[in-house]
Formats: sequence, structure tokens, C-alpha cells
Amino acid sequence: MTAQYERRSVISGVGISAVGRRLGRSELDLTVEACRAAIGDAGLSAAEIDGIVAWPGEAPAPPGFAGPSAWRTLDALGLSVSWHSACGEGPGQLAAVMTAAMAVGAGLCRHVLVYRTVAETSGQPEEASHPADAGGVTGALQWLRPFGSLSPVHWVALMAQRYLHDYGATREQIAWLPVTIRAHAARSPHAVYRAPITVQDYLAARMIASPLGLYDCDVPVDGSVAVIVSTAGALADIPRPVTILAAGSAMARGRSYWDQFSHATDMAAHDAARHMWSRTDLKPADVDVAQVYDGFSFTALAWLEALGFCGPGEAAGFVAGGTRIRIGGELPLNTGGGQLSGGRLGGFGLLYEACLQVRRQAEARQVPGAQVAVVGTGAGPLGGCLLLGRA
Amino acid sequence: MTIPLPRLTPESEFYWRAGEEGGLLMLRCAGCGRITHPPSPACRECGASVVPGPVRPSGTVYSFTVCSHPFPGCPPVPYVVAIVALDEQPDVHLTTRLTNCHPEAARIGLSVRVAFERHGNVYLPLFAPDDGPAGASGETDDSAV
Repeated sequence: MTAQYERRSVISGVGISAVGRRLGRSELDLTVEACRAAIGDAGLSAAEIDGIVAWPGEAPAPPGFAGPSAWRTLDALGLSVSWHSACGEGPGQLAAVMTAAMAVGAGLCRHVLVYRTVAETSGQPEEASHPADAGGVTGALQWLRPFGSLSPVHWVALMAQRYLHDYGATREQIAWLPVTIRAHAARSPHAVYRAPITVQDYLAARMIASPLGLYDCDVPVDGSVAVIVSTAGALADIPRPVTILAAGSAMARGRSYWDQFSHATDMAAHDAARHMWSRTDLKPADVDVAQVYDGFSFTALAWLEALGFCGPGEAAGFVAGGTRIRIGGELPLNTGGGQLSGGRLGGFGLLYEACLQVRRQAEARQVPGAQVAVVGTGAGPLGGCLLLGRA
Repeated sequence: MTIPLPRLTPESEFYWRAGEEGGLLMLRCAGCGRITHPPSPACRECGASVVPGPVRPSGTVYSFTVCSHPFPGCPPVPYVVAIVALDEQPDVHLTTRLTNCHPEAARIGLSVRVAFERHGNVYLPLFAPDDGPAGASGETDDSAV
């Protein structure tokens, strides 16, 4: 048995629910649809699932953000498990996959169901109040919300503005990221926005929080993604396995605040990426396809630098023109439409697409010969990444 | 629409009420003298005890964003959110709102000075462009928000 916990696991199945705007279905309904699809994809039955992990669980959050708790889902599916958990604190959304792999690596479980569900378009009334404000803001948000720094778009805009200032990057360069990802979305049946956009459309769109405009921001949706993390010992019985080559989860003296970073791109992503590369002999040049967190265009730029695909301050130049990051380029990026055009599936849409790519099931958007995919999710103090391989 | 306000807790009350006396108070290490923020029970650098003490109420805009989308709980748009690096210890960042500053005048590197905005017993440390010794330091009330 290998020493690294993540290599004792494989991703044995993936599933996705309907994804769209204002589907009018419950979070649990979407979750059950995705979970059943993943269990079936793995060639398993619900009776064989012996663990369940969700992200983030039913923590206080704006309506529709968190999805149903692990408790509700295991009850709805009638599962019998030896491990269940959900926790929004950790190395980003992929912490749920890592926790599942730890349960498998520890010998506690054989097949762990992992899911993330959002219902942000059906869940939120127009003037939703943030649960953090009731009775006065406490914790980390008290240093942000009273000053009008209310949304992740504000927190990321502050990093992006500093990045443009420090490196001379331009919005004309950055425009190619959402424009190219939209072109990928046109090839994806799950993406919510598929009509092409141009650099001119990007520049003409209204500002949300400078320097971030409408097309710098991902699109809220309803939907659920599930994966099954199984013991590598079951490999022979799994029809379409994906190997977990390395996981990155470190946080090195990182401050758990959005506004205390010393450098524009110094997010938790950097610690997680360094950690991931320390656990494998593979290098950035070995990656065939990348799925990185594009909750905002800027967070994807930060991941490109964190993962070592280009140097500090070079990501805007790297994406400009779109030739490197398009399907057929040297690093096809967010081939399913990412979150910018595919919908804000809380990082798990990216994980789903990475699995399809190394399984060679991405149809019209398949990267030929894809062997290695990287997924990096989270922003600010949240960051975790996985290197996935064709089994 | 009212803006969100902090809850006064044993950990944070000194900070949010400091404007009552017109100055900025932050936790300072009894050993090495460094400022710890947000408040924490001990110095992050050397582990010694920390006590609230006065801090030079001036800083430099590290970054800013002009906020034009009206999220629930926001002040009237457009408004400017900034991260201010304290002059006394630039690795201490404060997210704040710029006051007395036209959105087009906001820029990285701008010198700013604290200008408290009172909301009951909470004094929000906003920052205004520093126009020199007679600059825009002082207290405003919450009638504008």
C-alpha cells in the first residue's frame, strides 16, 4: 500500500443533475438526482455506499448556497454508512473529496458518496438578508460587511485591482478568459450560457465592482454534482475509474482573511498548489487539461499562476488572445464552460468536467489524448487542488 | 436599507468604540510592539500578551474598488471600498469605505486618514483623503447612510 492517502482511492463514478436558472426544484431533489447518477455510473448500488461527505453542509449562509446536509441526504437515499461529515472550513470545496479519500485510505469506507449542491437562483428572494447580519456581524465578516464589502465580488475586486496595478495587466487581456470559456461552453450540454461573446461585449458590459464587470463574474444556478470515491482495491470492478495522483491541501502561515494578503495573488491556492506538486513527480508541463476556479475571471488567473503554468503577474498575458487556453491550445482551460458560462456549481462542475476529460467522454469538447487533468477550486483563504489521471 | 453593523463582543468592543475618543485603538504586543489585527489573544509573531493601544490613524490605499452594483445592505452606490495599509505597520490591512472621496479620485497609493462614522455606540473607522495637518480627520454621523 502506498504511503500517500490519496493514491489509495480512485474516483469511480460521477453524476450531475439538471443544471439551470430557477429550476424550481428542491436542493434535496437535485442532490438525489446527482447522487443516483454517480452511484449508477460507478456500477454500484446504494447499499454498497458506506460513507458520505458534503461541502459545506447546512452552515449559516445565503439561501441556496449550501445545499442539503449529509444527514438529510443519507436519510433520503436510505444509506448505511460508517463515515459521514460536512464542513465548509478546509482547503476549499475539494476538501470534501480529500476527506472521503482519507476515510477510504484509513480503511473505514470502501465507497464514499461526495456531493455539492447549489440552488442560488431558486433559493434567494430579491432582497435576501445575510444571516451573518442578524444581531450584529461577528467573526471574519465583521471586518468587511459594515464597510460595504458585502460580496465575494468585492473581496476579489480588491485583489484584482492591485494585480492590474502591480503588473500592468489590462482588461483587454483578461477579457480573453471569459470569451474563450464561453466558446467552450457552446460545446457543453450542461452549460447555461452558450451564445458566443466577444472582447467588445466584455468591455462594454456594466461594472459590478471595478475592475470586475458583468462577464468577470460567474452565473448563479441550481444544480448538483456527485462523485464516488472508492478504494483502489476495487479497481477491477470499476468500469470508468479516475486516479487521484496528488492532492494539495496545505495552508502555510496563510491568513484566514480576504484582506490581509501581502501580494495580489497570494491566496491559499498557492500553498495548496505547492503542496500538490510536492506529492508527485509530475510537473505542470504534464497537465493536458486544467479546470480552475473561475468564480471570477481573476480567481482563474490566480490559479494559473499558483499551479505554475506561468510566472507571477504573467497570467493575463498567458490568456490574452485565447490561443493557449482554447481546446487545441497548449493548456485547454475550463473546457465545460467553467463557472463563468457553465454555472456556479461551487467548484464541483470543474471536478466533473476533469473526470469526463480523462475518461475521454467529453464529446465535442474532448481534449484529444487527455491523460492528466488538474482541478483547483476556491479563492482567498479557501484553496485546494487535485491532480487526476486516466486509469 | 440599513448597513450591517458589528456586534460588540469582549474581543472587539474596544476597537469598535475607539472612535468615542477620536482615535484608533488596536492590539499591540507587550513584548515586540507589533500590532495584531484582527484581534487575537496573543501576538502572532512572538506569542506575548497584547493590549489595546493607540495607533497612528493614517494609512495608504493598498487597493480599492468602486462598487456600482446595489447588493442588499450596501450604502448608496457608487461607493468606494478600500484596503488601507496602516502607515505604522503596513502589513496590517483594514478593509474600509472611503469617505469624502470622489470615486474617480480613488487610487492605489493615496494617503488617507481615519474619519469615524458613528452608528449608535459603534464607530466605523472610515478613511478620507489626507489633505495635510488640517485634513478631513474627525467624526461624521450616520445621517448620510
